[in-house]
Formats: sequence, structure tokens, C-alpha cells
Amino acid sequence: MPNNPMILTKIEQGVLTITLNRPDRLNSFNDEMHRQLSDAIKIAERDDTVRCLVITGAGKGFCAGQDLNDRNVSVGEKAPDLGFSVETFYNPLIRRLTHLPKPIICAVNGVAAGAGAAIALAGDIVIAAKSASFIQSFCRLGLVPDSGGSWFLPQLAGHARAMGMALLGDKISAEQALQWGMIWQVTENEDLVETVDSLAKHLATQPTYGLGLIKKAIYSAATNTLDEQLDLERDLQRLGGRSQDYREGVDAFLNKRTPQFKGK
Amino acid sequence: MDTNWILSHQENRVLTLTLNRPEIRNALSTDFLELLAEHLEQADNATDIGVIVITGNSRFFAAGADLKELQKQTVASATTDRRPQIWRRISLISKPIITAVNGYALGAGFELLLASDIIVAGESARFGLPEITLGLMPGAGGTQRLIRSVGKSLAMQMVLTGEAITAKKAQQVGLISEIYVDDLVLESAQKLALRIANHAPLAVRSAKAALNNAQETHLSVGLQLERQYFVTLAGTEDRLEGINAFFEKRDPQFTGQ
Repeated sequence: MPNNPMILTKIEQGVLTITLNRPDRLNSFNDEMHRQLSDAIKIAERDDTVRCLVITGAGKGFCAGQDLNDRNVSVGEKAPDLGFSVETFYNPLIRRLTHLPKPIICAVNGVAAGAGAAIALAGDIVIAAKSASFIQSFCRLGLVPDSGGSWFLPQLAGHARAMGMALLGDKISAEQALQWGMIWQVTENEDLVETVDSLAKHLATQPTYGLGLIKKAIYSAATNTLDEQLDLERDLQRLGGRSQDYREGVDAFLNKRTPQFKGK
Repeated sequence: MDTNWILSHQENRVLTLTLNRPEIRNALSTDFLELLAEHLEQADNATDIGVIVITGNSRFFAAGADLKELQKQTVASATTDRRPQIWRRISLISKPIITAVNGYALGAGFELLLASDIIVAGESARFGLPEITLGLMPGAGGTQRLIRSVGKSLAMQMVLTGEAITAKKAQQVGLISEIYVDDLVLESAQKLALRIANHAPLAVRSAKAALNNAQETHLSVGLQLERQYFVTLAGTEDRLEGINAFFEKRDPQFTGQ
């Protein structure tokens, strides 16, 4: 790790907290920050003791997407291949987050713009501070919402709102995002950390393996037909029923005690 | 040769062979392939086995051939290589072979799938023929069986670029028959195998042979051969048992006679 890490990580009671840490640039991405984030996600993927992932931003913003200072494009120069950075960094990131078989909470502490908005919305449970906002800024630069932005928006907010947000690039407040069903909860600014913390610690004690199966079911639903989804539910239920946590859950219920889930 | 290279497990009439050389990603060296052929031939001769399932591990079905062997190869040694003979032996197995794939099936590993009868795969499965990237080309059916299965354009693309395709793509083009969540691939393959293994052995054998003939002959010849197989089954006890059991609404008891 360099002396000045762009990604901070902390593991506490089964919760891995990843903090995007370029506060002077509103936590916008350059290639090095992508590499550090990738290493941090590896911890969540490989460490069995991590049973919940929290992603948040340092300072005032959550994440302002790509750092345009890192782009160096001027009129008259050869066009850059933005697809390369999407393919190399943003797409793998979103794929890894959505495939991670553990719950992810995004604690949106401030502005989430461009790819930053997509990353925020890629959390399984998104909690925003009242002062946070979501901006689909791509349209102002002649670009397209990437990092899954064009998929998450219609999924979460519906066609009409997705179009409005993506074509106009207006700032959507946390309250508005909540009303539109894009996020789970809005808190007072000063309550965000504590709300997220207690929810993350709760999730880290839950049947993690089963939660992973739920994630898979929900994400698959977007592209499956009902028939395909029914088959998938059968298969995932088969797997869930073989977990230790299922037996523990049933036993605890029948014996009227609190279950002690191991996440397996 | 290490007998642990292939784990063998029989349940009911289904034999499961697990390729078990994770340290070399199940690369199919000549000795390894030979051992597999021996297992398959034994199973083919065993009357208590109806169907064979071949699988690998969660990350690799089999990642190609042994590159160290290929490195040493000369025109002379390639000409007298015994691998083609081993592949031929595998293609002569008369019982159905189902391959259950998770992770990578590349090069010779992929060619083993193509030589099998039914391929089922997990979402993580990747299929490819990367030989071209090594200055080589597929040498065990890769250019022939693939094109018959997925058509020219994709077969050309896969062989000439060496890039792998996903399980989803493989299913769209008819290369594999089913996709399951990774953790259920093997047992789903075994269930499928059991359904087949419970059918009349002679009928299964004849049906497999008839289907394989479709790759070898013209339609009119294939239809003739199919008819011959069909007629031959008319003389079996199991055919009578199968039809009687259907009318009597009970499970048939096949004897293989």
C-alpha cells in the first residue's frame, strides 16, 4: 500500500468497510484507485470472516465517477478509447459487486455522480445521508451512463424517470431517490454512520450463504422469464436447504431461542 | 501414473469419473488421457453400469493438453503419437458419456467434451480452443466436431481467435444442453445419467449409435441404419417389458436381454 492510500479498509465484527479516499477530488477514480479498490474487494471475496461489505466515501462526496483530470483529452487530439477503461475497471467492478455472495451496503455520504452514482446504486442496500445526491452526469459530456448505470436506472426508477435522469443529468436528492424507490433509506447527515454501522453488524450475523443465494435470485430475475426464475428458485432453495444455517434457523425457531448463524 | 488421477464412484447404474489433477489444472497429458480411456473401457464392459459421467473440479474441467509434452514434440514424434489412438478408443465407447463442466474446458479438455454425448455446465463454465495462440491448432476433433455442433462462423471464430465462450453462449448455440448453478451441476448430471441408465440398455446403446451415425453418413444411409437398429430392438425382451409396463402402469424391469 502506498503511504497515501486511495482506498481505506477496516474489518470489524464481520463487516469490511471500504472507504473511497480521495476527498479533495470528491473520491473520483483514477487507474491507481481502481487497482486499490480491486485489492480491497478481493478481501471481501476471499475472507470468510467478512460477512457484510460497506462502501462509503471520505469527506464531502461519495464518488464523482471518473476523474476527468486523468483523461487529458483536448479538441483536435485523437479520440481516447473510453471503452477500454470501462472494460478494464468499471465493468469488472460492478460484476464483482453484484456477484459477491454477501450483502453490500452503500453508505452514500454525499454526491454520487456518473459512475459513482452507478456504484452507489450497485449496493444491495443503499442508505443515503439527507445531503447526498445522485447525478447522471454523462449526458453533459456526450457520454452514456456506464458501470451499469443504464441498467440500474430503469430497473430501480422505471423507464420514464430513467430517461429523465439520464438525458437531463439533473441532480436527484436523497429524498427524491427514496421516493422513487431507488434507495432503501435516508438518514440525517449525522446519523448515517451509526445507521449503516448497526445495520452492517446485524447483516454480518445473518445466514450469509442464504443471503448470497437471495442476491443471485434477485439479480437473475431481471433477465429471466418467470418460468426460468421458478427453476432457479428451486435450485437455490435446494442449496439453501443444505446449509448449516438453515438447520440452525429451524432448530432455533422450534426451540424458541436466538439462532447463531455461521454464514455457511 | 497415479491411480488418484481419476476418482471413480459408482451409484446405482451411474459411474462418475472425476478428473483429479488440480495441480496441473487437469491438463490431459497422454498418460492421463490413457488412464481415462482405460476407465471408460472398463465401464463399457461392466454390466452394472449404464451411463458414465465425467467431471472436473469447480475451477477446471480440464485446461488443455500437457504443454511440456507438446514442447518436446517433433514431426516424427507427432506422426507416431499414440494420442489419436486413445481418442479413437474414447469415441468407441458404446455407453452414453455425460460431461459435467464447471470452470474452464480448454483445448484437449474442450475436445473431450465434444467427444462426449451430452454436455451440461455451470454458469462459470468457459469453453475454448486456445491452441492457435500457441502456434498450434486443435488436433483431437476440435475443428471437426465443433463446426458440426455450432456452425461455421462461431467455430471459425473460436478456433482462429482462441478466445473462450461463456456457458450462456454455449447453450444458445446448442453446444451444451443445460446450464445449472455451479454447485448443482454434477448432481444434475448424475440425475440425468440415472434417468438414462434406467432405460433398456440395448435401446440406449442402439439410440446412441444411431445418433452418432448422423455425423458419419448421408441422411438416406443414416435412415437405413436407424431402421436396422430399430428392427433389431424388436427382438429384445426389454422391448416387450417396456411396452407391457407402460400398459400396466408400472416401472419396467429391464434385463438387458
